[in-house]
Amino acid sequence: MDVRSLTVRLGGGNDAPSVLDRVSFALEAGEIVGLVGESGAGKSMTGAAIIGLLEHPLTKTSGEIWLAGTRIDNLSESAMLAVRGSKIGMVFQDPATSLNPVLTIGHQLTETIRQHEAIGRGEARDRAIGLLSDVGIPSPAERLGSYPHEFSGGMRQRVVIALALAGNPDLIIADEPTTALDVSIQAQIIALLQEVASKRGAGVLLITHDLGVIAEIADRVAVMYSGRIVEIASVASIIEAPHHPYTKALMRSIPVVGDRRGRLPQIAGAMPRVGARPQGCAFHPRCTSRLDRCDADRPELEAKQDAQVACWAV
Amino acid sequence: MLGSVKRDDMAGTQNEFSADSTPHVEVAGLVRTFDASPPWLVRTIGRQQRRIVRAVDGMDFAIARGATLGLVGESGCGKSTVARCLAGLLEPDSGTIRISEASADPSDDRSSRRQVQMVFQDPYSSLNPRWRVGETIGDSLLAFGLAQNRREMRDQVGALLVDVGLAPEDADRYPHEFSGGQRQRVAIARAIAAKPSILIADEPTSALDVSVQAQILNLLRDLQAAHTLTCLFISHDLGVVDHMADTIGVMYLGRLVELRNKTDLFERPLHPYTRMLIETAPRLKRATTRPSAMTGEVPSPLAPPPGCAFHPRCPLATERCRQERPLPRALPEGGFVACHAVAE
Repeated sequence: MDVRSLTVRLGGGNDAPSVLDRVSFALEAGEIVGLVGESGAGKSMTGAAIIGLLEHPLTKTSGEIWLAGTRIDNLSESAMLAVRGSKIGMVFQDPATSLNPVLTIGHQLTETIRQHEAIGRGEARDRAIGLLSDVGIPSPAERLGSYPHEFSGGMRQRVVIALALAGNPDLIIADEPTTALDVSIQAQIIALLQEVASKRGAGVLLITHDLGVIAEIADRVAVMYSGRIVEIASVASIIEAPHHPYTKALMRSIPVVGDRRGRLPQIAGAMPRVGARPQGCAFHPRCTSRLDRCDADRPELEAKQDAQVACWAV
Repeated sequence: MLGSVKRDDMAGTQNEFSADSTPHVEVAGLVRTFDASPPWLVRTIGRQQRRIVRAVDGMDFAIARGATLGLVGESGCGKSTVARCLAGLLEPDSGTIRISEASADPSDDRSSRRQVQMVFQDPYSSLNPRWRVGETIGDSLLAFGLAQNRREMRDQVGALLVDVGLAPEDADRYPHEFSGGQRQRVAIARAIAAKPSILIADEPTSALDVSVQAQILNLLRDLQAAHTLTCLFISHDLGVVDHMADTIGVMYLGRLVELRNKTDLFERPLHPYTRMLIETAPRLKRATTRPSAMTGEVPSPLAPPPGCAFHPRCPLATERCRQERPLPRALPEGGFVACHAVAE
């Protein structure tokens, strides 16, 4: 997948405030790319823009989105409907709300499979059983008749992942897939997503605020701040030697086991609201390595050693 | 059977112990159950048994004055129930909670309630949206008689807001005008307004972004030092608990399986559940490759397994673990662990 200069504004006009401002990144098959940032940075918005589910008055005003050699951002609603679910699978934060509570999971799975492929009920059922066993649900054949409420949170998230895989997607967008789960279950879902990427060769766009989860499974990380990507680098580089002052400050502010600092270094201030993004670099009012030009010119992503960084001071 | 809950004044016994050796909070044999039965009619027609959840099933711990006990464990393990019992929001079924307070008058429930204040996880639902934050904070002052009139209240509210990093003018604003981190500051101001000696924080930063989390954790530590607060700090994030606590208790299905000094706990975890929790938690830096994920899930507290509740997921489980509940065994360096396999 290739996202090029994606801009989303609150309203259609070119002077409307932008929620996403020229977001560009690429994702290879089988690769897990983490999209991190604080609430309001535009992570989930990026996911919604990719699958064409922006709600009024949010409008994509420029940019292109390519998936497996096809441009998907200018497709008609019906063509996009086919892409969603078959080419792109989605996993959301709350497994309880992404399943229909009054239908059995067997019904939901076979329905989804038959939506994308012209196959009979029996065959769809076999595929559904295969999917459930792939995602680690014990005795899948018996569980087809169960309703979502009969599953635990972790098992439900596995069902959601099975649904996302039903159309054999090229890309899976997982928006905070482990946030609602317990630590031990979180680890199981992380392992499952990793397996999905490596075995099925699907690219995974992992949207999360939890840098611990990113560190465990992502190959590369894109850090967002105020609707812009400020740094893209390998996960090791982001954690061990981040370049952008925001990424650095963010990494320093996280308490980790065994680190006995008295006080945590904190970032002063807060991220600007939509429409109140300052001129130049959006981070400059809170930045400690600010230069003269930072409040006037916006830095673009530029290659820096093994990373791409948008910062004048780097 | 209803147990006795004592919030007594131990001022008389204070001389027998040095200030350090008398725990500020002492909890013994704490049990709290919830009735999760279906309604009476459904039970009668369906001939169903009552279903009782033992959310907290016999807990013993103590916290020294000015120290912080961290509680970790997965959801449903009873962490929040312990916190609510301690805060007096829930009545325990049995067990005792002793709070030794030189200044407390045992006959005055209001003064003992004042001693324990709580900060909740979600600053969106813990503040009344129709009250100006000044009223929310000031109400606590008036209720405990810490301000005699509204003028005094206003002055104190202003000072409290400054203490938590807000401005006195913010008293006239409503919760929706604040960000999540600022709301949590308001909730903290409300808690310290009562001049408590014990502060309970139940996942206070789980709903916040990491950079805001750092601000709130720093604020809590500053306030703890400034007011010599004894803290019970609950979080599922091991890094946060390690940062905030002195001693850490690991809970599994209503019981403490391990309670130790944080350095010992993280460097040499003893209970298999503690080890799994530490190994599988997502973390930024890992010396070795990630171990395989913990199998299985937390059993339903409605039907906890017999013997050691952890045995179905435990790699070291033996026949004895399936039958006999392990009791907490004191460790030479302090703290305890409840596990048959570790004892042998």
